[in-house]
Amino acid sequence: MPLTLSIVTAQRTVLERGDVTKLVVPALEGQITLLPSHAALMTALGTGEMIATSPSGVEAIAIHGGFLQIVHDQVSVLADAAEHVAQIDLDRAEAARARAEARLTGRDPGVLQGGLDVLRAQSALQRSITRINIVRRRRGTGVPSGQR
Amino acid sequence: MPGGGSVRAIRDRIKSVRSTAKVTRAMELVAASKMRRAQDRALASRPYAERMTAVLAQLASVTGAGDGEALHPLLEQRAVQRMSYIHITSDRGLAGGLNANMNRAGATLLLRHQPSVAAITVIPVGRKGRDFFARSGMPLAAEFTELGDFPDFETIRPIAKIVMDDFLSGAVDQVFLGYQRFVNAGVQRPTTRQILPIIPPEAVPGAAAAKSVDFIFEPSPERLLETLLPRYVEMQVYAAILEARASEQSARMVAMHQATDAANDMVGALTLVYNKARQESITGELLDIVGGVAALEAK
Repeated sequence: MPLTLSIVTAQRTVLERGDVTKLVVPALEGQITLLPSHAALMTALGTGEMIATSPSGVEAIAIHGGFLQIVHDQVSVLADAAEHVAQIDLDRAEAARARAEARLTGRDPGVLQGGLDVLRAQSALQRSITRINIVRRRRGTGVPSGQR
Repeated sequence: MPGGGSVRAIRDRIKSVRSTAKVTRAMELVAASKMRRAQDRALASRPYAERMTAVLAQLASVTGAGDGEALHPLLEQRAVQRMSYIHITSDRGLAGGLNANMNRAGATLLLRHQPSVAAITVIPVGRKGRDFFARSGMPLAAEFTELGDFPDFETIRPIAKIVMDDFLSGAVDQVFLGYQRFVNAGVQRPTTRQILPIIPPEAVPGAAAAKSVDFIFEPSPERLLETLLPRYVEMQVYAAILEARASEQSARMVAMHQATDAANDMVGALTLVYNKARQESITGELLDIVGGVAALEAK
């Protein structure tokens, strides 16, 4: 019996399918692979790529923190943010990375107003890097955008 | 020309009421389309809320959160010295009694708690509530206005963060949340409830069996609570704002529909008066002419 997978964020349902045969997830403490009949598990998620294999192919989803529960082959992913690789806008991700880097290195003075802003910039940076890496890997272009 | 002036005045009045009706009709249509979008967003957030609640209920039943010793600071029940209240209203009016009702519900909640606590602070979200509590002299801990008709999750996180920080630092012991719950397009219900300390959700019937499931936790259940509980608070604030926005648009839609109807009724009534006045003035003119002719013939 395959896994039933549903990935939801506070804003929307990102993915819902009932025929997943293998699922690789970026757990907080390292990557784990879930196969049907997996033991009941609750785990925190880190930032990274979730790979769902099903008869219709392999799907990659960028996950930015959250929570996963699997019980009786029902996988619930409560992601802080998630997007299907096809939905990632590479240019936007690159722009976000540049913006976050500029803020963190102080090239964009007067923007950071405290610890919260630093944290926000850091997580924005991490999210954008995750997106960029996933897109490169999945769409088969390893060329940095500057050399395209 | 007897009555000519009043005929023109009535005609101008009809014109002005007509254009008012056009404006309110347009506002009704805008509110209707925004309501649909706001409703869709509220619906789209529901799966997350439901799963989060279910997972938390399971985690709570496994870890025994809620009975006795608090497993996480956000669950800690303290004697309430200071309470805080997040009050969600709209920024704009023309929504019938929506904001007035919400303000009344908020004030009622605070009046009920005032005798038993030392201090109350309000965090208004939305201008209508901000103005209300500022006028009544309540201390505002923070205020959030102009979040837009369709705020996203990131926009509202600071609101949840403020109350969680205050709760964790001991600055407040209890936090309430008030918003207009969206029942349907015609009905909104002012709702207030406690969000801190977190009251762990009860396991939904049917999930009771989950208690017997032996979960593997990675990392420990306590650490998992640590990642989930803040999200749970954020999610509640987010869901409340989405509901409040859907309520706002539907209340405005109904209010503008009534205003349009009222304006159209007024046009009808004024048209009657106008026709009567016009007839009277024509009759008057005719009488003048007839009288004049009669006077000429009499000579």
